[in-house]
Amino acid sequence: MIVTSREEKDRYRNVWALAEVLSGQVQPVTHELLGAARALADAGGQEVWAVLLGAGTASQAVGLFAWGADKVLLVDDPRLDGFQDELEAGALTRLIHKHRPDILLGAATARGRALMPRVAVMAVCGLTADCTGLSIDPQTGDLLQTRPAFGGNIMATIRSAGHRPQLATVRPRVMKALEEDRARTGQIIRENLEESDSPVVKRVVEVFQDKESVVNLGHAQIIVSGGRGVKSAKGFDLLRALADKVGGAVGASRAAIDAGWISYAHQIGQTGQTVQSKVYIACGISGQIQHLVGMQSSDTIIAIDKDPDTPMMQLADIAIVGDLFEVIPEIIREIDKV
Amino acid sequence: MKIVVCVKQVPASSDAKIDPETKRIVREGMKAVLNPFDAYAVEEGVRLRKKFGGEVIALSMGPEKALASLREAVSLGVDRAVLLSDRAFGGSDTWATSYALARAIEKIGGVDLVICGKQAVDGDTAQVGPGIAAHLGWAQATYVMKVEQAGEEGLRLRRMNEDGYDVCELQYPAVLTVLKDINQPGVPTLKGVLAALREQIPVWTPADIGADARKLGLDGSPTRVVSTAPPPPRHTVTRRITGSPADCARELVADLRTRGIL
Repeated sequence: MIVTSREEKDRYRNVWALAEVLSGQVQPVTHELLGAARALADAGGQEVWAVLLGAGTASQAVGLFAWGADKVLLVDDPRLDGFQDELEAGALTRLIHKHRPDILLGAATARGRALMPRVAVMAVCGLTADCTGLSIDPQTGDLLQTRPAFGGNIMATIRSAGHRPQLATVRPRVMKALEEDRARTGQIIRENLEESDSPVVKRVVEVFQDKESVVNLGHAQIIVSGGRGVKSAKGFDLLRALADKVGGAVGASRAAIDAGWISYAHQIGQTGQTVQSKVYIACGISGQIQHLVGMQSSDTIIAIDKDPDTPMMQLADIAIVGDLFEVIPEIIREIDKV
Repeated sequence: MKIVVCVKQVPASSDAKIDPETKRIVREGMKAVLNPFDAYAVEEGVRLRKKFGGEVIALSMGPEKALASLREAVSLGVDRAVLLSDRAFGGSDTWATSYALARAIEKIGGVDLVICGKQAVDGDTAQVGPGIAAHLGWAQATYVMKVEQAGEEGLRLRRMNEDGYDVCELQYPAVLTVLKDINQPGVPTLKGVLAALREQIPVWTPADIGADARKLGLDGSPTRVVSTAPPPPRHTVTRRITGSPADCARELVADLRTRGIL
């Protein structure tokens, strides 16, 4: 909604975090959103509300207090089984009008990125995607939202001064969750789903958990990633062997995907997934900017390449100059030694 | 079936340069390309048109030079194209952009399906597709990786999520955003290229689409960029390991153990 004065802004209070529910389970990113919400709420003397929409999710509401929520706004309705964008957006918009939050944070996941833009349009408010920094401007009370733009080449700070609530999404593993504190309690506010929440409804026929078609690189602590230098689909078997050895996942650059050596689900970079793993092992990846923006915030980057002068070899914490087909088997052997 | 495919012209990111003084992107002289995800949207639109007949229309908002991306869409098989271009559209955020595109889709009229790429690679927000659906009050399906069934009344789709995928059914009219898994885009045919050269692409202004001027451009955008800065640098000193593969492996594993990684 449009606000024109500080007084009007002040009528919007509290920081909401939209719980990410997948296959009926609250996902860890919810705790991270609550952590971020807690910091913002404390800065402005406001409350943290977790918003939990789903079918049969009521039992998980109480668990959200331990992660920083003061209240849980709960809509538990069988019609919310599966991901019903239209219905959830309608319900959330109605609840926004009713309770007037100052801020609403959502996860930058498949679900959050479908739902939040729909809500932003319906509630007439601003939405900033993939924020890496959030703070309150003490002068205006506005949320300052920092996000990478232009493929990570620039950081932009965005403000939505004339609209409330202020909507932002955050990628998983960007914000810190608080320590779980089971002694914390709070209040559950139950709301109903209403017929008028959406004139259009889709039918979710089936839900598949499929680790093969969706490689969730975001959760991987260690990623072994290959590029043009891996040379073939068979070459990726070697990378898989190393990944299995260290309990990691396999990623790839666009060059390897386009060559057909491995499926798109493994692609890291601008048109693939963005990862922030503890260790990123780049094998035969030259390091074009489109790839770098998808992995350069990993903690430790290891590059293996015959060419010592590639951008990836310059960027890496550890750069091994050598043939990956000779070095990787030796690494596996070395790990096996102990 | 009447299908609108929304496309965007984006800067070729490999050319990205930051002005050291202003800390802003240098857009002058930068190569512009069709947003990579949009080629998949175009292809899906063309495939559905082949199956059901009707028409596929490419729609874009941007400066006059965005006509090049619309011509590319024509060369890839769309029947016609429309560009929204006017100073009043300038500075639009995703809210205002999706508003303008939704008004244009209404103006085109009788549209059953809107297909967008998952996101544009310059903004990376993935917000315009669902935004269009919201402005129109239509059903939406995002992250679509497969059209399992396409019928006269609606679609059966496979949507990707972090855990796998689901299968959902929705009725027209609807808005989809598609992933790269959905198809293999075609290449321009000679006939397509010639058609693209000849195509008279209309340029629409806010008045043409009956848009409320207060909802366009900077003034119509709830968000505003207040400052930009270069990203925090990676403070790393690269440790180089050379020698025999066995030596390299030994040194690496020892290093990783020291760092507590292995």
